[in-house]
Amino acid sequence: MSRPSSGRGETRVKRTGCAGGHLPALDDARASSPEARLLSAFRRDAQHASKVYLGGREYYSEDGKTFELPLVGKIKRQLSADPTFCPEYPSPLGLTEFTRRATEVALGENSRAAVESRVLGVQTPSFTAAVRLGAELLRHWTDVSAAWCGPVYLSSPCDDSLAGIFQAAGIRDIRQYYYWDEQQRCICLEKLLEDLERAPERSVVVLSASAHYPTGADLTQNQWAVITQLMTRRRLLPFLLLPAQALCFGDLKRDAWPVQHCASQGMELLCAQSFSHCFGLYGEAVGHLVCVLKQNSLLLSVKSQAVKLVRSLWAQPSAGGAHVVATVLSNPAHLVECQGEVRRIVERCMLIRDILREKLRLLGTPGCWDHLTQQSGLYCCTGLNDQQVEFLSKRRHVYLLPSGCLNVSAINGHNLKYISESIHLALTTSP
Amino acid sequence: MSVFGEVPQAAPVAVFKLSQDFNNDQCPDKVNLGVGAYRTDEGQPWILPVVKKVEKIIVQDEKLNHEYLPILGLPEFRSAASKIALGDDSPAIQENRVGAVQCLGGTGALKMGAEFLRRFYNGNNNTKTPVYVSAPTWENHNAVFANAGFEDVRPYKYWDAEKRGLDLAGFLGDLESCPQHSIFVLHACAHNPTGTDPTQEQWKQIAEVMMRRKLFVLEKDAWAVRYFVSMGFEMFCAQSFSKNFGLYNERVGNLTIVARDVDNLKRVLSQMEKIVRTTWSNPPSQGARIVAATLNSPELFAEWSDNVKTMADRVLLMRAQLKAKLQALGTPGTWDHITEQIGMFSFTGLNPKQVEYMVKEKHIYLMASGRINMCGLTSKNINYVAESIHDTVTMVQ
Repeated sequence: MSRPSSGRGETRVKRTGCAGGHLPALDDARASSPEARLLSAFRRDAQHASKVYLGGREYYSEDGKTFELPLVGKIKRQLSADPTFCPEYPSPLGLTEFTRRATEVALGENSRAAVESRVLGVQTPSFTAAVRLGAELLRHWTDVSAAWCGPVYLSSPCDDSLAGIFQAAGIRDIRQYYYWDEQQRCICLEKLLEDLERAPERSVVVLSASAHYPTGADLTQNQWAVITQLMTRRRLLPFLLLPAQALCFGDLKRDAWPVQHCASQGMELLCAQSFSHCFGLYGEAVGHLVCVLKQNSLLLSVKSQAVKLVRSLWAQPSAGGAHVVATVLSNPAHLVECQGEVRRIVERCMLIRDILREKLRLLGTPGCWDHLTQQSGLYCCTGLNDQQVEFLSKRRHVYLLPSGCLNVSAINGHNLKYISESIHLALTTSP
Repeated sequence: MSVFGEVPQAAPVAVFKLSQDFNNDQCPDKVNLGVGAYRTDEGQPWILPVVKKVEKIIVQDEKLNHEYLPILGLPEFRSAASKIALGDDSPAIQENRVGAVQCLGGTGALKMGAEFLRRFYNGNNNTKTPVYVSAPTWENHNAVFANAGFEDVRPYKYWDAEKRGLDLAGFLGDLESCPQHSIFVLHACAHNPTGTDPTQEQWKQIAEVMMRRKLFVLEKDAWAVRYFVSMGFEMFCAQSFSKNFGLYNERVGNLTIVARDVDNLKRVLSQMEKIVRTTWSNPPSQGARIVAATLNSPELFAEWSDNVKTMADRVLLMRAQLKAKLQALGTPGTWDHITEQIGMFSFTGLNPKQVEYMVKEKHIYLMASGRINMCGLTSKNINYVAESIHDTVTMVQ
């Protein structure tokens, strides 16, 4: 390392000491999240031929790779050749056409809330960012001087990053409500309602609108009706999650039914969406936050607060992906083509679930596996316990999320046999 | 009863309001000197030819991986971005103690730096550590640090309105008298909004004080950065590729981290990952791919340098012409600072009353601070602007 010569009277700095303020000696936070640890372990696993990672976040096609919808590729090429395209700083709230369409797809066309100007839509760099922005808005919702700290209720289990997002926004009181019943291998509505009944007024309840991560188990329309009644009575605010809109029913609007239902009940709500999955636009900033208010007189204030918050988080979202999504959503022909492609994805996932269930049945694997086909979306909760999940990773090099959940699309013609046999072994081999 | 019933209206963001007012103005001679982006002589935004070229390559690439980027971003972008800040031959890079986090533009990089420092610097969650930002500075600096939880964001002396230059004595004075372990946000190059940078000699003086008093360096964007690194500072450097690549809408930023050693760097990056995970989780790929491809290819790099020179040359030309015209008109005051300042912005030295006159009477839009964007000047409007400044300065005190 070259140093200024002492001849010029400059202070020497010892190699071991450090000039100025120090970065602290930190604890090793490496692989702090269970998901990160899992991926690390998978990468280090030397069994290259047989190892399988079933914990991924993206949709994988039959060849084990992520892909871009053909329509998306076409539109990207069109947009790149567009001479009128303008590289301006986008507004902090994002591309207007994108937020308009994204809101429409969440609330339905001509929703009362939109017609009455009670809706705010904000483009965000990702689904996580949408949740983060929602959390930041909540922190100031009651009183700008006294930050609101919760409680926020998350489903048990849920995406393990959610708690961290709310905490990062300064909301410390995070609690869980009963959701997935391991014994019954389905949602236990009774216990869920009990937990919500006990929640203090003005709690926020984070609910998955469709394709629940990581279980794939969704509430039925009847269950939604009961829940929204309770929430209205107890003055609880729904924060709805749509991380993989369209991957449940192959239909953007149908997946959003719970959001439309809450809005039609006159509820105030927040909804975080992502178009990553249904467009194969991973990491291209196609997240969105919808905020439905009770009165349109509040819209300007909430909008101005959102702008202020965005300015201190990321200033503006990036534009590319949003242009693609806006282009598709505003063109009926494109929309039909896109939904067709998504439907194929959904059908493949359903097929895999079905085949897996069948394979396990043929192998004589103990237990009932109907829940595999009752769930929907990319993820599936097998119901395997901790020891069985560990068996799978350590002895069979098949990596499931710690909760026993897996990404259905990562299963394909090449690895299906090995995976089903592995699950069978996990359940039949004594520890 | 709405849960949002108590939410107060936030003040509009000044620069956006200015743009809005400009857009609503019907006067045909109106000029927008407010926005922070490059404009051609036709007053249009400019897509760099090299960017257009690289975009096409990317869009045709069949083999492109469509997965989420890693949380810390595209590796080839991060390393290229850090190299361009610290220099290829940087000893710190060779010693493997330089890391980076791809962020959502310069703002995102500052945000990540701020969040990390609040959590881990000078104790854990020490929200009382003073954060010093220049007076004046880009107004969003305050918001980013305040929102990250810092309770004490203060100005350090920087711009001398009398001299229309750097207030070095004031700056050094603040460095000497601030509490130990304070965080200083420095603009390494092309200070926003004044365009006034310390000289190399002045940077050396600044560094010396910071070193002695154990102050933490967070730099924006260069010679100063390399100098501090050579002096053995640990630091953060927030970079933006919005302006130099014309990629305003793709939000390409980088937070370069210079740590004491490899092990320390690893730990810092692991904590950064946690922070990123709760903010945007995975950064957008498009802009980073463009920058990485350009910086990592010798021909594309040369083409890009050329494009940047085109932009820089136009700015220099406008500076020279504006000064010349003001001097030719005999406008009271000194105007050397217009050509001495660097970058897109210039602090004209116009006071708020004069600015108001410019906006209302002349339909020339600039920030209340007197900051103008040189790119808002074109061969068509420069005479009008020069004459207007002349009128304003003579009519309004």
